[in-house]
Amino acid sequence: MSFFLETLLGGLMSGMLYSLVALGFVLIYKASGVFNFAQGAMVLFAALSMARFSEWIPEWLGMDNLFVANVLAFVVSIVVMFAVAWLVERLVLRHLVNQEAATLLMATLGIAYFLDGVGQAIFGSDIYKIDVGMPKEPVMVLESVFDGGILINKEDFVAAFISAMLVLALTIFFQKTATGRALRAVADDHQAAQSIGIPLDRIWVIVWCVAGITALVAGVIWGSKLGAQFSLSTVALRALPVVILGGLTSVPGAILGGLIIGVGEKLSEVYLGHYVGGGIEIWFAYMLALVFLLFRPQGLFGEKIIDRV
Amino acid sequence: MFYRENGQFKTSYKADQQIFPIPQDRWVILAIVVFAFVGIPLLVDEYLFRAILIPFLILSLAALGVNILVGYCGQITLGAGAFMAVGAYASYNFLIRVSGMPALAAILLGGLTAAAVGIVFGAPSLRVRGLYLAVATLAAQFFWDWAFLRIKWFTNDSSSGSVSVADIELFGWTISTPTDKYLFCLGILVLFSLMAKNLVRGSIGRQWMAIRDMDVAATVIGIRPMYAKLSAFAVSSFYVGVAGALWGMVHLGSWEPAAFSIDRSFQLLFMVIIGGMGAIAGSFFGAAFIVILPIFLNQMLPLVGSLFGLEVSIALVSHVEIMVFGALIVFFLIVEPHGIARLWSTGREKLRLWPFPH
Repeated sequence: MSFFLETLLGGLMSGMLYSLVALGFVLIYKASGVFNFAQGAMVLFAALSMARFSEWIPEWLGMDNLFVANVLAFVVSIVVMFAVAWLVERLVLRHLVNQEAATLLMATLGIAYFLDGVGQAIFGSDIYKIDVGMPKEPVMVLESVFDGGILINKEDFVAAFISAMLVLALTIFFQKTATGRALRAVADDHQAAQSIGIPLDRIWVIVWCVAGITALVAGVIWGSKLGAQFSLSTVALRALPVVILGGLTSVPGAILGGLIIGVGEKLSEVYLGHYVGGGIEIWFAYMLALVFLLFRPQGLFGEKIIDRV
Repeated sequence: MFYRENGQFKTSYKADQQIFPIPQDRWVILAIVVFAFVGIPLLVDEYLFRAILIPFLILSLAALGVNILVGYCGQITLGAGAFMAVGAYASYNFLIRVSGMPALAAILLGGLTAAAVGIVFGAPSLRVRGLYLAVATLAAQFFWDWAFLRIKWFTNDSSSGSVSVADIELFGWTISTPTDKYLFCLGILVLFSLMAKNLVRGSIGRQWMAIRDMDVAATVIGIRPMYAKLSAFAVSSFYVGVAGALWGMVHLGSWEPAAFSIDRSFQLLFMVIIGGMGAIAGSFFGAAFIVILPIFLNQMLPLVGSLFGLEVSIALVSHVEIMVFGALIVFFLIVEPHGIARLWSTGREKLRLWPFPH
């Protein structure tokens, strides 16, 4: 029983991290109808920028306060991600308005290649450490309830907490601020939003900036777990089933989808994996999403697709 | 002046409906095919065969398959690499497990296996659409990546998942030199292109296009979506599977699952979109672009670097290469979202009127 709970908790926490990446997809898709394959590359780019600036800034300024260096690096990385967002809107999306979904998808794939290349050309292609002081040692909890207690990775716990906070902040941003309302209006109907005076260009820059910030947070958390390295860009591929399971247009869907996928992956790996030789995590998530899709083709919380001839 | 169709009158439906109704087109295409069969083997050296021409032919065939599904039937797929892998490993297994199996039959059976697998993984398309389907097809990619790595039966119990085959033989003709391989692949490509062209202008192709343009409307006028979509998946996977079998057994000789990774799937989709969706010729243009571009960049970048007095390291070259690759793709999509095939047809229109455009 305690082993099951341990796996379950581990799944929930890694699911939280998936939803963090999935959020980036959903935000951009909602506001601009672009399925942003570059989200993974953005996570990698942000993580590399964070790792390298936190290394370079103390060198440049001649100080060795880890905390200040991290804060500065975080701020610089935010600026970098804003620049990326602005450039993407200015140079790519603006010219591709009203193109087919497949063309837009390919364009973001092109952006992904570009970002991968630029990131590694500027920041280097080794594995870099991101040290934001996340607690590493695991703890035992609930020892009084179960025999032997449950082993929890503190790092995962903090990460899950941070993701939850980010989701909360995003929800408040979307529900309460004027910009957030404008974003939702654009998501509902581009033309109607434009006709009441919402500037589409600016909204798209903003939404890419927000996606950039979620990519940065995801990059820092994943990066401090795994190190900032090229394989981070494949995190996006792990987060894709989350997005389609939850629905491409739904923020709560991304979160719930993340939790379902996280738990499903961990449980399947532990309880089914050894029958078929292990390593089934990566495709099991997709199969799980597929099964959900057969019942609800638009994802759990996606908007209902209505066909008109 | 030369490309003019006035004065050419058709007197029968047959003449009007042939693939290239304009004689100039017919002759040029025929000349290209003859040149490809006779001229190129005399002119080209071994490196060019191995690095560019053979990959170009095989990937054109795969792109043709993807184009049938994406361009003609409108179902976006990100799992084409997996079907290449299925084709390659299936034909490998047919070849080694059935004694006396001819290589050509093994390759075609590999394609048929891929078609069957394609129908299974295409089944969600009946319910799921658009981007959801694109992501769902990734399931095929990851599942087969995993299966060929972990299930030892597929790879004849080789520990690393890598397999190798001897030179294949075709009616007493051993295909061993690059020229042989080139001719073999070219022959298959020409046959399959002809078949694809005839499929897409026949009844089934029209059904695919109706489904692509608006599936509800197509259903209303009596097209069965299940038959149309699944047949598109089957035909497409057959093409891609044969291409995979050729890639493994003819081009590589020995290969491992990584040869058909997700990058290959993306690459194939790039070919179709850059070449031109819903155009047979587009598959060739796209394949040429994607095959030649990285080689070109790889050769050019150190030269450009030395021009500015910079020593470019190998790592930097590879990074700048994918950077330029990505940027060029975006640039291309912006300049000509309908692909090179559209440029080609605009060019032809211009040529028809040249030199008196009014």
